[in-house]
Amino acid sequence: MTGQGHGRDGDPDQQDNDSTERGEVPVARFRASQGGVTARFGAAQARIVRDLVGQVAELLGADPETGEVPGPDGSDGEDLEASFGLTDATEAPRDPVLARLLPDAYRDDPEAAGEFRRYTELSLRDGKVAAARTVLGTLPARGGRIRLSQPDAEAWLRALNDVRLALGVRLGVTDDFEEVGNGINPADPRAAYVWVYHWLAYLQESLVEALS
Amino acid sequence: MSVSPAEVRSPETGEETERDLPWVTIVWNDPVNLMSYVTYVFQTVFGYAKPKAEKLMLDVHHKGRAVVSSGARESMERDAETLHGFGLWATVSHDS
Repeated sequence: MTGQGHGRDGDPDQQDNDSTERGEVPVARFRASQGGVTARFGAAQARIVRDLVGQVAELLGADPETGEVPGPDGSDGEDLEASFGLTDATEAPRDPVLARLLPDAYRDDPEAAGEFRRYTELSLRDGKVAAARTVLGTLPARGGRIRLSQPDAEAWLRALNDVRLALGVRLGVTDDFEEVGNGINPADPRAAYVWVYHWLAYLQESLVEALS
Repeated sequence: MSVSPAEVRSPETGEETERDLPWVTIVWNDPVNLMSYVTYVFQTVFGYAKPKAEKLMLDVHHKGRAVVSSGARESMERDAETLHGFGLWATVSHDS
């Protein structure tokens, strides 16, 4: 676990006046407001969040336009098993990001893990995709001030967390105390996402505080 | 969500339920999840007061894992599923 949502090097608060695209407005953070939370996003920040949330939703099998989750065989999910919320999948996904988002519920019992997955994976995917759709539906691509109800804010919290989990896997974040992105060459395209990873932690932390 | 073992005791499976009681939900440490978020999730999902949620969070952080609920297997599986929805790394086990 990490406590680095704020107060470390690279705290986005210190970077408000950067002349890069993220500097056009102060870095977004959430604050409590009547009956919910509010935040102001610059266009570039909104684009980053929408982009990453959309990618995670897509990875989870949803059509980003409709949010529909296809069945395991690529059908539109109308087969009988899917309509009962069952999947054929009994093994953890091979993609490491998906494996982290849809983890095994039993460590040393593959049979029980498979059975659990069969009964829960579809609704877990649906829930994550629904949270992603809430973000896409409440954050305009041009940014601006947004207000979220309590339930929408909670969906945001889960969707931001899924994005951070996905980035964490891609950036190779494996240790609590290691500097994120340590092993990444600055020329590596992933290097740009180290800043995004920190910023999303800051954004998520502000949302937790606004909801507490 | 209730984690009370009493609610899952059903007459026809009473014997099995007895044996099923020491099931637990374990949350494992993860380098990505924020400490504040994990505390928030424990409060939201289990209705734990903040001090208890924080203590569990710190147990996960320092010891690598913590038992966050216990009861019948079915409720532990529900808890694990809910925690997976929040992105926490949770497993079910027959005891800690």
